[in-house]
Amino acid sequence: MKLFEARHLSRATLGDLSFSLSESELVCLSGPSGAGKTLMLRSLADLDVNEGEVYLQGVLRELMPSTEWRRQVGYLAAESRWWSETVGEHFTRVEADILSQLGFEDEVLGWQAERLSSGERQRLALARLLSNQPRILLLDEPTANLDPVNTQRVERLVTDYLRRQRAACLWVTHAADQIERVASRALYLDTHGLAGPVNRP
Amino acid sequence: MIQLGVFDLSLAALLVVALALTSARIYPGLAWQLLVAALRTAIQLTLIGLVLKALFANSHLLWVGLLSLLMLTVAGREVMTRQHRRFAGSWGYGIGVVSMFVSSFTVALFALIVVVDNEPWYQPQYAIPLLGMLLGNTMNGIALALDRLTQSAWEQRDVIEARLMLGHSAAEAVSGIRQQVFRSGLIPIINAMAAAGIVSLPGMMTGQILAGVEPVEAVKYQILIMFLIAAGAGFGTLAAVHLAVRRLFDKRQRLRLDRLQR
Repeated sequence: MKLFEARHLSRATLGDLSFSLSESELVCLSGPSGAGKTLMLRSLADLDVNEGEVYLQGVLRELMPSTEWRRQVGYLAAESRWWSETVGEHFTRVEADILSQLGFEDEVLGWQAERLSSGERQRLALARLLSNQPRILLLDEPTANLDPVNTQRVERLVTDYLRRQRAACLWVTHAADQIERVASRALYLDTHGLAGPVNRP
Repeated sequence: MIQLGVFDLSLAALLVVALALTSARIYPGLAWQLLVAALRTAIQLTLIGLVLKALFANSHLLWVGLLSLLMLTVAGREVMTRQHRRFAGSWGYGIGVVSMFVSSFTVALFALIVVVDNEPWYQPQYAIPLLGMLLGNTMNGIALALDRLTQSAWEQRDVIEARLMLGHSAAEAVSGIRQQVFRSGLIPIINAMAAAGIVSLPGMMTGQILAGVEPVEAVKYQILIMFLIAAGAGFGTLAAVHLAVRRLFDKRQRLRLDRLQR
């Protein structure tokens, strides 16, 4: 049984997409902008109206409360949003481990969310998402605002996380070198639909 | 009691005309709106005066009921047009009407049957003005609250969705907005109650006193009206916000801004 599977996923501007993820698998998704990568991730997280069947560990998403589904199928948007005053108020559970792997001390939780730099926001948004312990990660360009050091931190954290939690990840990226480094498989989305999977040795 | 003549009212109308002429230079459209609104006041109030006169002479539950429904439909339209981003379809009208009906009519019935306790309870002399005051204030509260709710949801959709993505429920995701909206719906009546008598004499009481009613009697009615309005506007706003939030999300707790009119 696949850990995560989408069959005939579709919505107004997106074709019929089918794919699946296995445990510990990291699949990179690339393609021209406007092809619908973000819409695909949003649909998988059930944030917009869409058609098709999506299963987590064989369970159809409609059989789960939507809040539970989104905790399990964690979607990291390209732009993070913060609504409370301090960083810590956005976390349900704090894992010092994750924070330190991303290069933060514990005191970051007392920082003003409004004053974070774009790179800090991006890394902390990932930490916030991982604190829910999702089985599936849907990451929309998670290293777009990061320097090489922090990019490497994020890549290492996610691959570690997948191994430890036996989770799986769909990672949107345009960087060929990143795909080379992290992907166990690569998918390509354009206006004709999903291409691949290209299996790597 | 001093009778007002057409001439007296015309003198007062001159003030509005003077204001319109002065403001025409700054904002011509507004001056025009002012004149139209003033004209509407004169015509609508004259008509309702005649209707009430006929109704008082011929007090029948059917006529009282019909007039109440007419007032409700007009108030519902008013709530709808005051919203910048209203719900598409019949919801845009329905949410306002249903919440006004539930709150204003219930409070008015309660006041007429339990508090005023007239024979018959629907005596139009009491029923229509009471309902009118209630509807007018509830309408303001609901229109304000709905307008702010849809507008805030539109502006803060990224924040709402960011919370949904983390597995928050729809109710949690809009809790902050909901609080602000409810506050904005209730603040006018809270302010009115807090300042009543000190800063301003409420319009109804002023009218009664000018018409020759004993001040202490007028005050008792004003207190009753204030409490009824607070309850009517408060529960009406609660109901409207509740219905609107439900409509903003679907059963999969997705934010459905596509249900708002563009």
